[in-house]
Amino acid sequence: MTRIVGIDLGTTNSLIAYMDGQTPRVIAGRNGRGMVPSVVAMTDNGLIVGDPAKEHLVRNPERTIYSVKRFMGKSLEDVSEELIYFPYKLQEQGGVIRIQIGDKTYSPPQISAMILRELKRRAEEHLGEDITKAVITVPAYFNDSQRQATKDAGLIAGLDVLRIINEPTAASLAYGLQKKTQGTIAVYDLGGGTFDISILKLKDGIFEVLATNGNTHLGGDDFDRTLVNLLLHDIRDQHGCSLDQYPDQMQALRLEAERAKIRLSDEQKTMVALELPSGHGAFRREITRDQLEGLTTALVEQTLGPCRLALKDAGLQPAQIDEVVLVGGSTRMPLVRRCVQDLFGKVPHSELNPDEVVALGAAVQADILSGGTQDMLLLDVTPLSLGIETMGGVVSPLIRRNTTIPASAKEMFTTYVDGQTSVDIHILQGERELARDNRSLARFQLKVPPLPAGVPRIEVMFLIDANGILHVTARDVRTGLTQSVEVKPSYGLSDEEVERMIGESFTFAAEDLKARQLIEARTEAEAIIKATEKALGLGGHLIDSAETTAIKAALAALETARSGDEHREIRARIADLEKATHHLAEVLMDTSLKEALQNKKLSELP
Amino acid sequence: MTMDGTQKTPTKRSELQMARSMCWHCQSEVTGEYFCEQCVKVQPLSKEMDYFTCLGLPRLLTIDLGALEAKFYELSRTFHPDFYQRKTDSEQNISLGNSAMLNTAYRTLKDPIQRAEYLLRLEAGSAKDIRTSPPADLFEEILTLQEDLEAYRSASDQDPATVARLRDKLATDRELLEQRQREMDRRLFELFTRWDALHSRQSRTDPASPDFQKDATAVLKEMREILSNRTYLCNIVNDLTATTA
Repeated sequence: MTRIVGIDLGTTNSLIAYMDGQTPRVIAGRNGRGMVPSVVAMTDNGLIVGDPAKEHLVRNPERTIYSVKRFMGKSLEDVSEELIYFPYKLQEQGGVIRIQIGDKTYSPPQISAMILRELKRRAEEHLGEDITKAVITVPAYFNDSQRQATKDAGLIAGLDVLRIINEPTAASLAYGLQKKTQGTIAVYDLGGGTFDISILKLKDGIFEVLATNGNTHLGGDDFDRTLVNLLLHDIRDQHGCSLDQYPDQMQALRLEAERAKIRLSDEQKTMVALELPSGHGAFRREITRDQLEGLTTALVEQTLGPCRLALKDAGLQPAQIDEVVLVGGSTRMPLVRRCVQDLFGKVPHSELNPDEVVALGAAVQADILSGGTQDMLLLDVTPLSLGIETMGGVVSPLIRRNTTIPASAKEMFTTYVDGQTSVDIHILQGERELARDNRSLARFQLKVPPLPAGVPRIEVMFLIDANGILHVTARDVRTGLTQSVEVKPSYGLSDEEVERMIGESFTFAAEDLKARQLIEARTEAEAIIKATEKALGLGGHLIDSAETTAIKAALAALETARSGDEHREIRARIADLEKATHHLAEVLMDTSLKEALQNKKLSELP
Repeated sequence: MTMDGTQKTPTKRSELQMARSMCWHCQSEVTGEYFCEQCVKVQPLSKEMDYFTCLGLPRLLTIDLGALEAKFYELSRTFHPDFYQRKTDSEQNISLGNSAMLNTAYRTLKDPIQRAEYLLRLEAGSAKDIRTSPPADLFEEILTLQEDLEAYRSASDQDPATVARLRDKLATDRELLEQRQREMDRRLFELFTRWDALHSRQSRTDPASPDFQKDATAVLKEMREILSNRTYLCNIVNDLTATTA
């Protein structure tokens, strides 16, 4: 049986988890951290993902991509208001955003695939086997295009995405597994870029989603921005310096704001400090939790409307919710907790780490799919109504929001003109009356035999599968023949494009490897340089001056190699330095100072 | 499934049997309910099967919601695509189709209004008429409401006091309409009980007898009319809510 892993592909951080017997576990990287920052840096030396890429946010802002999830399945127009916050250039092609890095462009699924590949590699290293199958989570309120884009990202990363599941429902699986809960629960999931609320009924291992709602453009990023705007204003006032011109400083400020926000979840006040561009000095200011709450209250209150709507759709009063579960890093904010508690009238749960619970749930779902767990079953819903455009631009609904999936609807089509050979069909997602106010999902053309008007009868079946993704089939009722329907997504990559990107991803993989080898060699070089300097300080008097000179020369050579781009060169100089320090290490070993050497040996360990 | 009201059902039922008498996979005769007993492959639910049969309930309007949910959960465990991930494409497609039908059946029967509309479709061919003019006994209320709405829309830019007064008026209109809706619902549930009683008496009354036919037709006719009026009323109330929101 091939193993299936669970992946939480987040706006800010991503995680990968697997089922270890009966227990879902997040796989930590070499640094011991389970979270991989969803940051990709396209350096001259290749591709860097995760923690090391985060450093490039400030060093290399135009070539370092973060929060790419906000662009998944979106057009440029959709994100026009937040463009000013991103240092990289965006374009649009075929309804899909393209991120311009140097003279190349990348679609959001390609960038997400780079993050997925890093997670895949991490799991392969940990489990010692090839990983090819995965369950990936998405915000419950993601529409069809956003789900499809996530699936495309998996394909590009070389993963067979067996299931797309909703983040709050994944979280409920992890909770349900742990606590064997029964009753009605509300999962409030506020992450880095998205907000979801899901109301579920748990009974005898069935997790039935009653209603879901949310906002795919509301999260921690938005909180950071309110703080950034305040600080920008202050810096302009006090230092007469406008940071807009300095993408690196803007990133440094954004990260500083994020850190301050996080600290204010535990502290009442904190200090923000930033080196300003030369000639403008340094900026410092204190921020209190009250001030942060003043800035973010309106945003947090934006989550309450969707909560009320979900309750209404579930036919429940807040008091009828037995338990409230918090998911997502932003729920660490005391203000968020207070608001949730006020709405539901009970203290929300957060026993499981809100950063990890979604990935853990994805691993549980993966286990269900692989036939491991049989006693739990998730019955999820489609978050948005699906309909088709009819005469006059009005939407005729086919599948209502909060319908349990898989869900299907049939619609009969005919012609209005004699001899008409095709019917154009426009599929939309959303809750509004008029087509133009909803999200265009796809268009397709139904082929019809040339007959008098009204005679042809084509039955079209719209089916939303367990991933929340739409499939369309058509059948000529008179002949019984089915016809394949080629659906052109309004905001998505074509199959050919995905194919091409899968091909390109192998090139990235090679660059990726090169970059990783370089990073690892540099890290090792730094450690050995530090250890040697320490050993020289401790035992320099125990060796003769010729030996000291030789060691210092080897050190200098390694320093030079380290700032270069050749991992082989760095490795060679590391070997030289080790040779040069061999005697010193022995001498130290013989003295009571051998501790220093042990430190050196430890630092060499991976 | 015992209490079928009409005579045409037996023929339908035998067609249903014919439709799924052969296993799609091993071509042997299917004797099991959802799986072929020979090759243990899942079988597609017949498209002719009605939702009551699908969920193991008698064709009545008052139903045991607990039993409905229990059967829905049981069948979800039987058909859900999660449990067919490692099976063949054909089996995965059957699982998908069966689950989609099961979900529709459950959703339809869970809600009393949808349940009644569905029963009308089964028994009388269509659920309701689409009204374009207000029902006679609602005429007065609707007319008043239309005038108030018109006044409210044209007064939107005027002084706040006028707008507030008109808004209050609309709220009163809305309460009145909702009151009427509740009356309709009450009458509808009376009809549910009558329909069910009629069909429980079936053992004593011959379903083909003129008396039974007359009673059943009268109940269906009134239900149909109420459902049509109710839909009209709901649309008006929704419109009102959207305008004043």
